[in-house]
Amino acid sequence: MQHEPTHAAPVTLPTGRAAGCPFDPPAGLAQLREERPLARMTYPDGHVGWLATGHAAVRFVLGDPRFSSRYELMHYPFPGGPEGPLPPAPVGDMTGMDAPEHTRLRRLLMGRFTVRRMRQLTDWVREITAEHLDALERRGPGTDLVEAYARPIPALVICELLGVPYADRGRFQDHAHTLMSMEAAPEDRHAAMNGLLEYMAELVAAKRAAPCDDLLGDLARESDLTDEELVGLGGFLLAAGLDTTANMIAHGTFALLSNPAQAEALRDDPELAPQAVEELMRYLTVAHTSVRTALEDVEVGGQVVRAGESVTVSLEAANRDPERFPDPDVLDLHRRATGHLGFGHGIHQCLGQQLARVELAVALPALLTRFPALRLDTPADEVPLRTGMNIYGVHRLPVTWDED
Amino acid sequence: MDVRVDRDRCLGAGMCALTAPGVFDQDQDQGLVVLLDPHPPEDRHAAVRLAAGVCPASAVTVAEHGRPTTA
Repeated sequence: MQHEPTHAAPVTLPTGRAAGCPFDPPAGLAQLREERPLARMTYPDGHVGWLATGHAAVRFVLGDPRFSSRYELMHYPFPGGPEGPLPPAPVGDMTGMDAPEHTRLRRLLMGRFTVRRMRQLTDWVREITAEHLDALERRGPGTDLVEAYARPIPALVICELLGVPYADRGRFQDHAHTLMSMEAAPEDRHAAMNGLLEYMAELVAAKRAAPCDDLLGDLARESDLTDEELVGLGGFLLAAGLDTTANMIAHGTFALLSNPAQAEALRDDPELAPQAVEELMRYLTVAHTSVRTALEDVEVGGQVVRAGESVTVSLEAANRDPERFPDPDVLDLHRRATGHLGFGHGIHQCLGQQLARVELAVALPALLTRFPALRLDTPADEVPLRTGMNIYGVHRLPVTWDED
Repeated sequence: MDVRVDRDRCLGAGMCALTAPGVFDQDQDQGLVVLLDPHPPEDRHAAVRLAAGVCPASAVTVAEHGRPTTA
């Protein structure tokens, strides 16, 4: 790893993706990673902190408890963000907490998301997937895959696990969507958060009154969580489960359709699915960026991050680091992508990752198998991309196929 | 090879059970790491090293030739 000369000028966070490269991280990140894998960065609020793009640097920062996740300490890395310091994480928002507060909530939940428990859901996820494949076929060629397939499958799964009636989705889906937008105005975010919490408060009251056999019901009965915590945590888990896997299904399909030999490899070999999921997580990294703030001076790869300085970690740049993954810009479902940072790293690594793996390993091959001639129903450069969203992907993916 | 796990550090991500099944598991109540085989056979060593390397909480330690290495 090369070290940055101390006189190098701070950079700003590259955010624009090159035309015709919907799967590649924003232009500029690659060169930065090669020259300065941990670079000084000027934040929109004027703060001079850091930008980590190299796999080793990103992994180090995420894994070291001397870096805090608390929102009120961080400087916002994207333009158009809030003026001044961010408020602390709302109650139940696990991504904005450090140990031991985070540990307490994580430990209440992690037994519910183990490898084995999630694998036991495989047959059930297959049933849901098959129902949506049937519905897709009924709608016919030209359908938007996001709306007909990518969004409803994970939404049904997370609702059922948590004990949230899927029929209520009109009351939370738009709010969750707004909360995922980096460009939403603060008042809109505030309104969306209130709307989500208002819905969840009603639901939690119902669970307290008549506990049932689902995650929120169990927490209502067995945990020491206050109503406020249970409401916040429920909203957090619901929002986390709605948009993430949905975007991996849609963007993963887009990537496979753009790499027909890879799609064929997955269609021909069902055993390839788990490995394919890891590679797609690496290659697409839809949860692309995170921020940590140093609680004390920390040496990272020969440079010192001072207490109070924020480090923006580019997960998508780290997952394309040639020092970690040879030919990183090639989608190769046969590669060993384990060690990618697509689910993050450190104590905040995705709680629901084993669920996501099951959903993706079922939904992607099933789609390719049911519709072997699946293709885009629009020029690739006209697919609307989720630039400006916390979770990258596509807004819509019109697809077509040959009817028998 | 000597494998150790630290259940106080563990955060139940499941990477060890996913990467080196048969050596690691998760207990079904809490999701915490369970070490099934502290001295795995040689054909499992590569998977165990990988599991130690990808544990997000550095809760898996592998000692080889009396020299401890952590992720």
